[in-house]
Amino acid sequence: MLYINCPHCGMRSQNEFSYGGDASVKRPELNKEVSDQEWDNFVYNRKSLRGKHLELWQHISGCRQWIKVERDTATHEIFRTFKADEEVA
Amino acid sequence: MTQAFRIENEGLINRDKKLSFKFNGKTYFGYEGDTLASALLANGVHLVGRSFKYHRPRGFFGAGVDEPYAVVQLYRNGETEPNIKATEQELFEGLEAKSVNCWPSVNFDIGAINNFLKIFLPAGFYYKTFMWPKSFWYRIYEPFIRKAAGLGVASTKHDNERYEHKYEYCDLLIAGSGPSGLAGAYAAAKNGAKVILAEDKPRFGGSLLTSDVNIGNQSGKDWADSIVAELKTMPNVIVKNRSQIFGYYDHNMLVMSEKVSDHLPSTKKYHPNKRLWYIRAKEVLISSGSIERPIVFGNNDTPGVMLSSAAKEYLKVYGVLVGRKPLVFTNNDSGYETAIEFKKHGVDPIVLDSRKNPESEIIDEAKNLGINIKNSYVVVAAQGYKKVKSADIASISEDKKQLGKIENIQCDCICVSGFWTPTIHLASQSGNKTKFKEEIDAFVPGQSKQNEITLGAANGVFSLEETLKTSFTAGSKLSKKITENDNEIAIPNVVEKKSSQHDKFWCVPLPNGKNYKRFLDFQNDVAVSDVEIALREGYRSIEHVKRYTTLGMATDQGKTSNLNGLQLVSEIENKVVPAVGHTTFRPPYTPISIGAIVGREVGKHSKPTRKSPMHSWHEKNNAVFVDAGVWLRPRYYKRGNENLFEGSKREAKNVRTNVGVCDVTTLGKIDIKGPDAAELLNRVYTNAWLKLPVGKARYGVMLREDGIVMDDGTTTRISENHYHMTTTTAQAANVLSHLEYYLQLVWPELNVNVVSTTEQWAGAAIAGPKSRDLLQKLFPNSDVSNEGLPFMGYMEGDLFGVKARIYRISFSGELAYEVNVESDYGNFMWEKIIELGEEFNIQPYGTEALSTLRIEMGHVAGSELDGRTIPFDNALEGLVSKKKDFIGKRSLQRSAFIAEDRQRIVGVIPLDKQTSIPEGSHLVKDDKAPLPNPKLGHISASCWSVEYDNPFSLAILKDGKNMIGQKLFAMSPLKNKVIPVEIVSSHYVDPKGERVRS
Ligand SMILES: [Zn+2]
Repeated sequence: MLYINCPHCGMRSQNEFSYGGDASVKRPELNKEVSDQEWDNFVYNRKSLRGKHLELWQHISGCRQWIKVERDTATHEIFRTFKADEEVA
Repeated sequence: MTQAFRIENEGLINRDKKLSFKFNGKTYFGYEGDTLASALLANGVHLVGRSFKYHRPRGFFGAGVDEPYAVVQLYRNGETEPNIKATEQELFEGLEAKSVNCWPSVNFDIGAINNFLKIFLPAGFYYKTFMWPKSFWYRIYEPFIRKAAGLGVASTKHDNERYEHKYEYCDLLIAGSGPSGLAGAYAAAKNGAKVILAEDKPRFGGSLLTSDVNIGNQSGKDWADSIVAELKTMPNVIVKNRSQIFGYYDHNMLVMSEKVSDHLPSTKKYHPNKRLWYIRAKEVLISSGSIERPIVFGNNDTPGVMLSSAAKEYLKVYGVLVGRKPLVFTNNDSGYETAIEFKKHGVDPIVLDSRKNPESEIIDEAKNLGINIKNSYVVVAAQGYKKVKSADIASISEDKKQLGKIENIQCDCICVSGFWTPTIHLASQSGNKTKFKEEIDAFVPGQSKQNEITLGAANGVFSLEETLKTSFTAGSKLSKKITENDNEIAIPNVVEKKSSQHDKFWCVPLPNGKNYKRFLDFQNDVAVSDVEIALREGYRSIEHVKRYTTLGMATDQGKTSNLNGLQLVSEIENKVVPAVGHTTFRPPYTPISIGAIVGREVGKHSKPTRKSPMHSWHEKNNAVFVDAGVWLRPRYYKRGNENLFEGSKREAKNVRTNVGVCDVTTLGKIDIKGPDAAELLNRVYTNAWLKLPVGKARYGVMLREDGIVMDDGTTTRISENHYHMTTTTAQAANVLSHLEYYLQLVWPELNVNVVSTTEQWAGAAIAGPKSRDLLQKLFPNSDVSNEGLPFMGYMEGDLFGVKARIYRISFSGELAYEVNVESDYGNFMWEKIIELGEEFNIQPYGTEALSTLRIEMGHVAGSELDGRTIPFDNALEGLVSKKKDFIGKRSLQRSAFIAEDRQRIVGVIPLDKQTSIPEGSHLVKDDKAPLPNPKLGHISASCWSVEYDNPFSLAILKDGKNMIGQKLFAMSPLKNKVIPVEIVSSHYVDPKGERVRS
């Protein structure tokens, strides 16, 4: 079970969180023309990386904040965590 | 019967407490502190079971967790548990156990004919034989395998024992209380670290319980006792025996199973049977020791052949002689330690040492005691069927290829020592890259991935002095990092006998003309010849060899067989062992009770049960409950002998003619506040929300980004910047997360806050033509006329001193209202409604009547919004705004979603107007068409229409728009029904929606 550093609450066990997928996906702006390809990329197409992955988790049984977690998908090592509005350098 | 093999003045058992127990129906006696194994051996019982495949007689091989043979069916306090290791099960008064794997009895076993007829089942036998023909599997092969080869039998009764889960955090977790674990724990505890010391056996001390050593002028055991006693007094230390750490998971999470009650005749009141600990440790010290390796020789599975360390443990810990004419077969000095203990207790052992001329302090002691030692000698084969009677022995050449003349000598047990295998399971589970250590012919931990360190014998270090030194140092260092204390610990003097180099010899060659079975894996009956077959048939990867031969796959997980298996593969393949590599170690290290894994989450506790504030009223009024997600909701209120069908029909009818009240507390409720609340709703719902006035409710549908309907519900504008959203019971949590996702990540610029208020409000739906009259009685000071509170209107009211929210919304299709009060007043509200509703013939109604009412109105619910439908499918396209953008809108342009023959909701009536259509039935054109019959749609919900008094169903049907009036068939192979049906509009009752506005 992973041990995730919630930027709001501190170290908490994985079972307090729910997974939210790739954090690098950006929703196309509202009221903007979007091509089929662009929309498919947003809704469906994911890379399923092996290695360092920036992903979303929600601390549902804690502060209910969505956070970004930089995790290695192969080793489960967690490098850094960020608040939802924090820029990832 | 007396305990003929028990000796005086030795062992750690309590001779003041005699215990009686039964094995295979016969009564025996043992002492408190015995295991079932030691007590049986004390009584001279060596035959305890039959092997898995060949049903060969099985005795005891080890004395602990590594035991491959002595697996029994245990009976305790009216319950039974299969596959218990007799070497781990502590004796208690009244214990009963039976052999597994033998029928009709352990002494006469029908399956063993396999063995006598020599139709040995070679490697891959199951795969090759039972594959064809397929139809034979269920009728013949599977029952045969089950009966002939099964292990123990699981109880089919409810398990009345209780199991607990516990979460713990510590600085240093120590697995194993041998010298290394004790030293590490002591040093770390002295530095103030929070330490958990776990020992799987009942007694602490590990090898110190049986070895002849001195630490700080005390015996090893006394030193261990004093350290444990001191650790137990320290508030920063948790010391646990009978506790096996069996899994090492990510981020230093380890799981431990504590046997709280297995050693007692019955579990004490309020105590669990087992407790599963989830431990998050900053650092882990693995001091799990090592397990002695067997040497492979002919018939080495005969009862009476056992590990020399086990023989020593039975003697030193339990005061039990495993034989009176022992033969010790060794390739290292450990065998001599066992021989010396025998000799000290008046038994004359013979030692066969495969080495030519070994010299050491230990061997000198054995010689001084006058022990008969034969160098360059091996056991070729054990003789005897149910018990060792003699051994064929021979000298062996220096290259270990040639055997000398075979002699037969009398013996009643053969104690084998093939050197030691470090227990690296936990380290390997943690991701440690293990490495092969030539000097000990075994794998040891290498590069750590997590915060763990392995010390002592588990790390391939067999010198006590070095083990203590490194462990004290590690304990100090690891704890200093965390607590920043640096309390010096004086490392005690150690007196131990030096040993000499072991012999890399592990398998005795077959003598000419003999074809003895030489077993590698004793529980799964995998012999040298099986591995040879696997390699001959082309299996190369050790993982494949394991699965093909089942080597190391039984309940002991190959604790004694792994390395010899690798030796064999490497020898045949002409590779070195590290190149062959070992199979992956996976948790659990040893079998764990399913009960312990499940914990308290059984039956009704498997998930929380949520009840509305009116629950006890429902109970008192004969409600029959149904699970709705985690909620318990009344399905109907039973009157007299009514069944569900009759009761729900009565309730639904009463709503259509008078007035009914339904508990709708379970609906999800979300409070939405902020200046941008309307904008959020406008983006989340498919319809327009910017112009909803204060005091009005609106029905809305929300989509996922892929265009599929996520949920529906009404949202009411309470005040300028304040909205009250309702969701379906099932989707409440998902909708909240959904809103939070968009507010926190996608549109953080929106100034809105959302919070769940599901449990803050109790809700009652009052529905039926007389509902307004009742509402007026409930709120005499409010204007609830059609003008004062029109359809989709909202007002606040005073319910006899309780503040209430009144929404004029309807799910039943009747004139209806929903009243909400704070949860604590829920029951008050409910009782008032019933009391004042009496003159209008009010009846409470449950979810079944609620379904009936919504189905015949064509209102969609969870069975239509099933994660596969878009607004059009549910006839909700009128709610999809063409002007504004919203979540999921772009996906609605997908070609499948705009296809001309897109599926759509329809009504379905059986032609005979009698036969109810099972939910899930498929709609087909031709009921006689060959399978697979093309499916046009499916029945999503069915009811008995109280308006028309005939069955009515909703269906999602391909090209549903153009199918009205068509005749189809509803087929349910599950219910064995074929029903001719007609397709009608989904709005079966009041299609114009006049009633809700009346
Ligand atoms: Zn948090």
